[in-house]
Amino acid sequence: MRSVAIIAISFLLAIVLTALPIPSWAMVWRPAWVALVLIYWCMAVPGRCGVATGWMVGLILDALLGTLMGQHALALSVVAFLTLRVHRQVRVMPVWQQTASVFVLILLYRVIVLWVNGIQGLPVRDAAYWAPALSSMLLWPWVYVLLRDIRRKYSVS
Amino acid sequence: MRIVFFVILSVVLMVADHRAQRLRALRDALSTLVYPIQWSVNAPIRWAHELAVQFAARDALVRENARLRTEILIADSRLERMSEVEAQNRRLRALLGAAARLGDRVRLARIMAVDMGPSSHRIVLDQGSTSGVYRGQPVIDAQGIMGQVVQVSPYSSSALLITDPSDAVPVQVQRTGLRSVAVGTGEPERLKLLHITNNADVRVGDLVVSSGLGGRFPEGYPVGRIAAVDRDRGRPFATVWLTPSARLARNREVLLVWPSGRRGGPAAPAPSGGDRR
Repeated sequence: MRSVAIIAISFLLAIVLTALPIPSWAMVWRPAWVALVLIYWCMAVPGRCGVATGWMVGLILDALLGTLMGQHALALSVVAFLTLRVHRQVRVMPVWQQTASVFVLILLYRVIVLWVNGIQGLPVRDAAYWAPALSSMLLWPWVYVLLRDIRRKYSVS
Repeated sequence: MRIVFFVILSVVLMVADHRAQRLRALRDALSTLVYPIQWSVNAPIRWAHELAVQFAARDALVRENARLRTEILIADSRLERMSEVEAQNRRLRALLGAAARLGDRVRLARIMAVDMGPSSHRIVLDQGSTSGVYRGQPVIDAQGIMGQVVQVSPYSSSALLITDPSDAVPVQVQRTGLRSVAVGTGEPERLKLLHITNNADVRVGDLVVSSGLGGRFPEGYPVGRIAAVDRDRGRPFATVWLTPSARLARNREVLLVWPSGRRGGPAAPAPSGGDRR
């Protein structure tokens, strides 16, 4: 039970960070907090956190961001799925390699969201659209270490 | 496989939301869930903003307060000047009215200096010979005769007030026509009427005007009011005191008069003879 709570709280924090008002110049660079947290938990405790989790969190994100219902749910469930597939290999990689993998995953996440936007007919944005992938990637090591310490401290499994 | 299921589910949702707008309820439910997060995330920003507004407002208020105080100060001083200007306006109008009544040519002069010692009552005016001022010229204010010019310089002149002991004005009591001479006593606000016999008809409060005899002062202009009559059988004449009508000590502007049809030429100031009774 406690494990669920810890994971839920970490997702909550990720959502808060996603919703946090920041100055417009910084908004472009906002990392994909939720995706990052999802990736970590899928890697660390695949038994607990999986596609369903990703889907649910994605749905909440849709409600928060006001996007089409199911858009982020789709994207995050795909990300969760892929993470589960490669989690064993990624877990043992050195941090910098992990970072590269995370970059690819986030990129994919952004692609799916962009794709659905395109289908809806929403305008495609400029190169700045990909900036979050970059910032997320750079933030990954810190997120990894932080969540790992929390996991160990509260014995999340 | 779970992923396939969820992918299909997502697509279904998206289509439903996009096309048929059917997922309003679901979206609302989730939004309600998410709302506390949004609110609490925004709250500090909102509070900081309001605080900044408060401080800015206060700062702006303080500055505006100081500015308004300065403006009030300036406006107050302007108001003071205004009331002074108003008062001057009234005085000048009164003088103008007096001049109109006289029908003589007049000129405004400002009192530059006042000398009210016991032995002489003089004022210095800012008009001189370049303005046509002459020795012996009468000086009046809106209420009555003030005196006559005794010394003329190009740009200033000095006049003797009627309260000066060496000055005299030929007068007559308006009510009865009784002629006399009003002389200064050296006391401010007091004149003496000469040559009033004990049985003459004079009463306290009678208005005494200039008689015009001697050609110096314009006829019919107020000189003063009888303040006291002291009849002493032991003396040939009564002692009659006069309160001057002109505001001798309080004027700032006066009128110089060029009486029309004056008789005689300019002469040194001396008591002109009035009729003896």
